[in-house]
Amino acid sequence: MGKRVLVIEDEPNIIEALSFILSRDGWTVHTHSDGVNANERIRATPPDLVILDVMLPGKSGFDILRDLRADPEMQALPVLMLTARGQTRDRELAEKLGVNRFITKPFSNAEVIENVRALVTT
Amino acid sequence: MVSFNLLVAVSLAYVAFLFIIAFVAERQAERGRGKWLRSSLVYTLSLSIYCTAWTFYGAVGYAARSGLEFITIYLGPTIVMIGWWWVLRKLVRIGRSQRITSIADLISSRFGKSTALGVIVTLIAVVAATPYIALQLQSVTLSTAVFANASGQNWGAPELASAALWVAVGLTLFTVIFGTRNLDANERHNGIVMAIAVEAVVKLCALVAVGVFVVWGVAGGVGPTLDLIDASKIAEWSPPGGRWFGLIFLSGAAFLCLPRMFQVLVVENDDESRLSTASWAFPLYLMVMSLFVVPIAVVGLDLLPDGSNPDLFVLTVPLAEGRSGLAILSFLGGFSSATSMVIVATIALSTMVSNHIVVPIWLSSRAGGAMMSGDVRYAVLLARRLSIGGVLLLGYVYYRLSGGGEALAAIGLISFTGVVQILPSMIGGLYWRGATRWGAAAGLITGFAIWAWSLFLPSFGAGEVIPQIVLEQGPFGLAWLRPQALFGFAGLDPVIHAVLWSMLLNSAAFVIGSVLTFPLPLERLQGAQFVDVFEHSTGTRSWTHGGAEAEDLLVMAQRILGSTEAQDIFQREARLQGKEGYLPEVTPKFVEDLERELAGSVGAATAHAMVGQLVQGASVSVEDLIAVADETAQIMEYSSRLEAKSAEQERTARQLQEANEKLTALSIQKDAFLGQISHELRTPMTSIRSFSDILREGGASAEMQARHAGIIHDEAVRLTRLLDDLLDLNVLENGQGTLSRQEGHLRDVIDRAIAASVVGESAIKIQRKRAEEAIALDTDLDRLTQVFINLIANAQKYCTAAEPVLRIVVRKAGGRMAVDFIDNGAGIGKEHQEMIFEKFSRLSDHRKAGGAGLGLAICREIMIRLGGSISYLPGQGGAAFRVILP
Amino acid sequence: MATRGKKLVFLERASYRQRRLQDVARLLPVLAAVLFALPLIWKLVGNDGRGTSDVMIFLFVIWSGLIAVAAIISRRLKLEPESDSGKEER
Repeated sequence: MGKRVLVIEDEPNIIEALSFILSRDGWTVHTHSDGVNANERIRATPPDLVILDVMLPGKSGFDILRDLRADPEMQALPVLMLTARGQTRDRELAEKLGVNRFITKPFSNAEVIENVRALVTT
Repeated sequence: MVSFNLLVAVSLAYVAFLFIIAFVAERQAERGRGKWLRSSLVYTLSLSIYCTAWTFYGAVGYAARSGLEFITIYLGPTIVMIGWWWVLRKLVRIGRSQRITSIADLISSRFGKSTALGVIVTLIAVVAATPYIALQLQSVTLSTAVFANASGQNWGAPELASAALWVAVGLTLFTVIFGTRNLDANERHNGIVMAIAVEAVVKLCALVAVGVFVVWGVAGGVGPTLDLIDASKIAEWSPPGGRWFGLIFLSGAAFLCLPRMFQVLVVENDDESRLSTASWAFPLYLMVMSLFVVPIAVVGLDLLPDGSNPDLFVLTVPLAEGRSGLAILSFLGGFSSATSMVIVATIALSTMVSNHIVVPIWLSSRAGGAMMSGDVRYAVLLARRLSIGGVLLLGYVYYRLSGGGEALAAIGLISFTGVVQILPSMIGGLYWRGATRWGAAAGLITGFAIWAWSLFLPSFGAGEVIPQIVLEQGPFGLAWLRPQALFGFAGLDPVIHAVLWSMLLNSAAFVIGSVLTFPLPLERLQGAQFVDVFEHSTGTRSWTHGGAEAEDLLVMAQRILGSTEAQDIFQREARLQGKEGYLPEVTPKFVEDLERELAGSVGAATAHAMVGQLVQGASVSVEDLIAVADETAQIMEYSSRLEAKSAEQERTARQLQEANEKLTALSIQKDAFLGQISHELRTPMTSIRSFSDILREGGASAEMQARHAGIIHDEAVRLTRLLDDLLDLNVLENGQGTLSRQEGHLRDVIDRAIAASVVGESAIKIQRKRAEEAIALDTDLDRLTQVFINLIANAQKYCTAAEPVLRIVVRKAGGRMAVDFIDNGAGIGKEHQEMIFEKFSRLSDHRKAGGAGLGLAICREIMIRLGGSISYLPGQGGAAFRVILP
Repeated sequence: MATRGKKLVFLERASYRQRRLQDVARLLPVLAAVLFALPLIWKLVGNDGRGTSDVMIFLFVIWSGLIAVAAIISRRLKLEPESDSGKEER
């Protein structure tokens, strides 16, 4: 049983791709595709790592991250953020909110695995 | 010989009989029975109050003095009656539709309910009628004196005066009892009308009876009578031409203007068809009344000693022949003539005096205090009763002052000339919309002054009121102002002289005054209602066509409030009522609200009048209202120029602010769009890159590989489509590309669009009426289909209802065909409605849309290119788009 | 409002009859005025033979005739509703 990763993303094909490469790397992958209940989902069964998309229906990735960091128990939870907008403003905002890593779409599979591993081993 | 006591007894019995007739008629009418009370016959007979004692006794005297000229007094009304289609019909219709209570009310009402005009007309009428009432009192007392003297009593002035007083008191009593019983809005008096109809029969019978007796009983047949005429002093036919014409005109005009005639012709008339019968029946009555006048005159001249009063021939000829029964009948005829005239004239005058003078004064004297309605009613009734007494008292006083001499005989024509001063204002008001209250007042006052100066005051006798020297040399020696030779026209008959100058200058003042002044809005409204009364008051106007009314109201409201504001009010109300579009049901509440809105702009009274006219369907057209509204708007504009200036600055500032807001919103949207476009492009690319990595790394099963390849393919297609959209929009915006026109049917286009967009189990339910869609099109059908697909797809994506339904409705909007797409979802908030067609817009960043927010922008560009349009239709209970077809 | 401004060119027979009756009703008072003035012309042209009795007979005959015509018109003429839309043909 490997480490648990929660992928919060609404695009089905990207979920499938991430699930594929992460499970191949030995992770147990859980997915969640809507922004509104994301925080509850994390708190209910806290994973070892969260992969968080920025543009989500209902609640943006930034808001989820802000709420997450507001919870003392969750301040240390590693979060990897994905964005398709690729603007520097997004990256700055994410870092201010306490993101651990930040990847711009489209990404290479190697890039994802590298970042994920870096986050959990450190 | 008839005993005087018998005469008194018969007279009292006759009066009692009249009381009973009036009482019964009143009771019948109260119980709703007695339709015969309102028959054409009764109406015609009631008109006979035109024939007063002056005509009953006086006509014979007139004929004995001046031959056939007396007949002009009957010819004038004959022409007016058979010409009823011109004036009387209109007068009666206006009287009914405007609830006119008197001729003063008619003039006042026509000129914007002017109080001052009501007072002027009332004063003219009272001044002109008072001598006439005195004349009636005189005729009754003189005829009574004939009997008294015949039976041995020798009546002198004291007896005459006391008889006149008794007659006046009796008439007051009768008039008060039957004339002020009820205070209906329509002012109809069944009892009195019935009584005067009976009196009309009595006086006709009496005169005919005397005439028949004279022709066959005294002269010995028609032939001998004619011979007698030819042998008499009036055998020569030598009428002064001016008088002949002038008197026909004068009597015809007076027939229309006399307050008592207006009372029976218009006020007491509740059915226009009565007029149609009276148009020939009343001339017939007049003809019969005048048939025996000349024979009686010549027989009287022949029979009675020189110096006998020819005014009493009707009475004295039968007496001289020893026919006391006939004489009594004749007396009753004269009595009837006098009393019926006095009663109706008094009612008409007292209505005017109380409505236009007493009540306004009373009301203003206690202004401010809250009044009970019963209070007013009592006051009006009291005013009416006092006025009746007052008018008769005036008549009596005049009779006493004038001494009851020969001077009174001429008063008939003088009185006619006085009331005729109302004619120009009345006729002008009926046929000329440009007539104003200033014109009317100028005309009335000018005419009245000339009448008083040139005819009325001199009639008291030289030196009585106007000094002899003024009569001969004019005031202050101004010869051209000599009363009976104005502007040097000496030698003319005094009556004709007065009629000529008063009518000329009256009309001139009326026209000039009207042309130079500007009417009030209410005046214009009333003017339109009077002049075009037949256009608007067909009597039975139904209010079933609700749509048209709402539209009429909207048209009017737009003129006053401005179109946007008016449309907003109507649309809001329509929405409240659950209706689409701009035309709500005309409910009382809505009318009330609207009236309040309008009152803010034009004042409560005008708003009330305008709305009331439209809603109650009385008698004014929308065009008229618009004319008033336009004018009001002009006035408002004029008077508020300064205000408008600052308002304009404010408006400009607001517009700038709005533009700024829009720009800001757009630039935010533009930023968002760039983020969006980036997102939309990168998302499929992410999948493609990731899965192609996976494929390249190998190691997966063939099945898995096929699946991944499929995803890559789909995402590539999605990417392509997005790029296509962007390019498409770019092409449309820059006006590039060509349209391929085709002919086809709207139904097929909708079919195709539905087939292309409604797929899958979660598909939206489409409601449409295929029959309405049978419309031929000649445009780029593919592009149109694209628009429809977009709209249907939008509804599918955004409609939030549990069971989404999309209605496709074809209708006519603004003269063009429109297709409405209406779903049952939450709709689009007002703040977004302006933005949705902007190409960078997207209402929310939720992913479900699966597009970049270009769909509606593309739709708009397409419709512009095709020559149609697309717009958001607010207030439809869901999101609704209207496509106006090219 | 929809029918406003629409001009009727041809009327059915009955309506046409009504219109002409209205014309006669309008002309009748003019005719009456002219006829009542005729005796003045006799005097102008100096017909000395005619006295009061002749003029009286003439006037009463004319009067009766006018009354008869007016009676016929008022019988035939309908007041409502055609009379009120009578503007269209004028």
